[in-house]
Amino acid sequence: MSLKMKAFKKSIWVYHVACSPCNNCDIEILDLLTPRFDVERFGILLVGSPRHADALLVTGMVNRLSKPRLIEVYLQTPRPRVVFAFGSCGISTGIFAGGYNTEGPVDKVIHEVDPEGVIVYVPGCPPRPEAMIDAIVKALKAI
Amino acid sequence: MKKKTVIPIGPYHPLLEEPEFFILYVDGETVVDMDVRIGYNHRAIEKIVESKTWDQDTFVVERICGICSTSHPFAYVQAVEDVAGIEAPPRAQYIRTIIAELERIHSHLLWVGLAGHFIGYNTVFMWAWKCRETILDISEKLTGNRNHYAMFKPGGVRRDFNDEQIEYALKRIEEVWKPNELITNAILDDPVMHARLKGVGVLSTEDAIAYSVVGPTARGSNLDWDVRRDHPYGAYDKVKWDVCVQPDGDVFSKAVVRLLENFESVKIIRQCLENLPDGPIDAELSEVPPGEGIGIHEAPRGEVFHYVRSDGSNMPYRHKVRAPTFMNLPSFKASCIGEEIADVALITASIDPCYCCTERVGVVDKSGNRSTLKEADLIKLSQEKTELIRKKLGK
Amino acid sequence: MIDRIKEQKDPNFYINDIKERFGDKILDTAHPRHSRIYILVDKKDAPEVVKYIFYEYAGRHSISSGVDTPDGVEILYHMALDNQRNIFINVKTLVPREDFRIESIGKDIPAFDWIEREIHELFGVEFVGHPDMRHLLLADDWPDGKYPMRKDFRRDF
Repeated sequence: MSLKMKAFKKSIWVYHVACSPCNNCDIEILDLLTPRFDVERFGILLVGSPRHADALLVTGMVNRLSKPRLIEVYLQTPRPRVVFAFGSCGISTGIFAGGYNTEGPVDKVIHEVDPEGVIVYVPGCPPRPEAMIDAIVKALKAI
Repeated sequence: MKKKTVIPIGPYHPLLEEPEFFILYVDGETVVDMDVRIGYNHRAIEKIVESKTWDQDTFVVERICGICSTSHPFAYVQAVEDVAGIEAPPRAQYIRTIIAELERIHSHLLWVGLAGHFIGYNTVFMWAWKCRETILDISEKLTGNRNHYAMFKPGGVRRDFNDEQIEYALKRIEEVWKPNELITNAILDDPVMHARLKGVGVLSTEDAIAYSVVGPTARGSNLDWDVRRDHPYGAYDKVKWDVCVQPDGDVFSKAVVRLLENFESVKIIRQCLENLPDGPIDAELSEVPPGEGIGIHEAPRGEVFHYVRSDGSNMPYRHKVRAPTFMNLPSFKASCIGEEIADVALITASIDPCYCCTERVGVVDKSGNRSTLKEADLIKLSQEKTELIRKKLGK
Repeated sequence: MIDRIKEQKDPNFYINDIKERFGDKILDTAHPRHSRIYILVDKKDAPEVVKYIFYEYAGRHSISSGVDTPDGVEILYHMALDNQRNIFINVKTLVPREDFRIESIGKDIPAFDWIEREIHELFGVEFVGHPDMRHLLLADDWPDGKYPMRKDFRRDF
């Protein structure tokens, strides 16, 4: 394992991108930081810039206005990088499928610019905080 | 002519929910004009609901906002009941009220935490969110989910409460009172807070009327408007509670309104749980006749408004949704101008929009040179100002 | 005037007062439930009636909605009367297909500013005199002449 991968797995820094969510996944992500769940114990840190991040937490389906922004943020994230698609909307556009402003689920948009991009799916509406921690742990094991 | 600087803020912010894009025009440290671009979150919900049936729509409107996930269904089912000319049975009305008030407490605590973070009081952030978990526990016990409760349907509610659930909720709701008192006192007794928040971002009563703002933003500007009392629905006219109004229109007033409303909400929940009437929970709505109806609900951020028109089929012909931020957001054009940049994050936060600003702050001066500053810059400025005040006061 | 009106909780008072004040300009009124009043006016009189409710009754502009109908776009101005009056006055007007224009209220009262922009971009109604008709919700590169909330909208681009 290269030094880069070792550092990546020890302490994963995440950046939160809200595409067009209903907020619910987002407040549950914030919940992870607060005393009950406190993910900082595992070295998971929410950072303020994609350039510092190892992983993107993407919530909600992607709409026409946020699509170019998501692609930009993804391309700014240094390699190795991984994308977490949160909630039913992020995975499949969920209840918003077929709307005139819907551009597609997260994986479709990411694979348009990077076909090799690693995507982790976290289902639920919203996923429980425990499920989110579980998803991150599973993803780190799999890489 | 003085040089005017343009600061774009957003649309992505590391801490908060929805993406948003602000453009500030500043002269030195003072904001002289402001523009905002929304639409990063536009999901075409009003069009989508036209292709879903009346029952399915309840779930779609629930997903307009995760924090107000009771408010939108509450207004929507009332609009449908308005068209059909029926009323939900009393037990259903009480259950609706309980869920709506639980949501108000958790939303206000969420706001208090974030506002604490904005002015550099991270302890408040952690405390408020820890206290909020109690509410989520109660919601989970009563409805089965932490958010997105799926309790509403046109004509009633989907699930009933049993005695064990009521007992649990009555016991746990008392646990909210003390931490809430602690947070309230910590904020109201702190001279730093007074110095930092008072007189900042004043929205005068005249401006509040002209912009037709709603909810705590209006009540912080000395407007005695509360949909729960002015247009009674649910069980709000059957329990005792007060409307909290503050006179000054600044950030401090709005914070006080929200903090005090939490206590009123606890009172409402306690009374509703104790006096829950027996009987059916569903009025068995079978069809929706042609016509039009209006439903309103006082969400944590202000009045939610739903207008539906039916043509007699099983789907709405038109469904208009208006969230409170839509009316509150334009108003900080009035409250931000003339303030310092360091206060903008706080003022925008004070109306509790369904998102808040900063992520990537780039300063563009008039010649077009662009330099990108580090993220979360506005919050840092705001926190530094608090620190300055604290030092001045010798705390 | 306003103080006296703030005490007035009878919906019939408002219907009669508006009829008296505007006479023939009021084409129709409906009062299906205690707290819901619908008033139909011509589009050239709508701003006058709405402003009257806003200023004289201390009405709060709750929101306006557009509805696409076969004849054109109906616009409803929902005015809430608060202070425990429990009344909604809805001023309804039709913008016909031949002439998609109506006078702006947003140029005088900021509460109407954003919703007029929204109706403009979703339904294609032009608000005459509105200072700022840029996109509010849709993307900047949204094609001209495509109005998503119209019933005949198809996404073919």
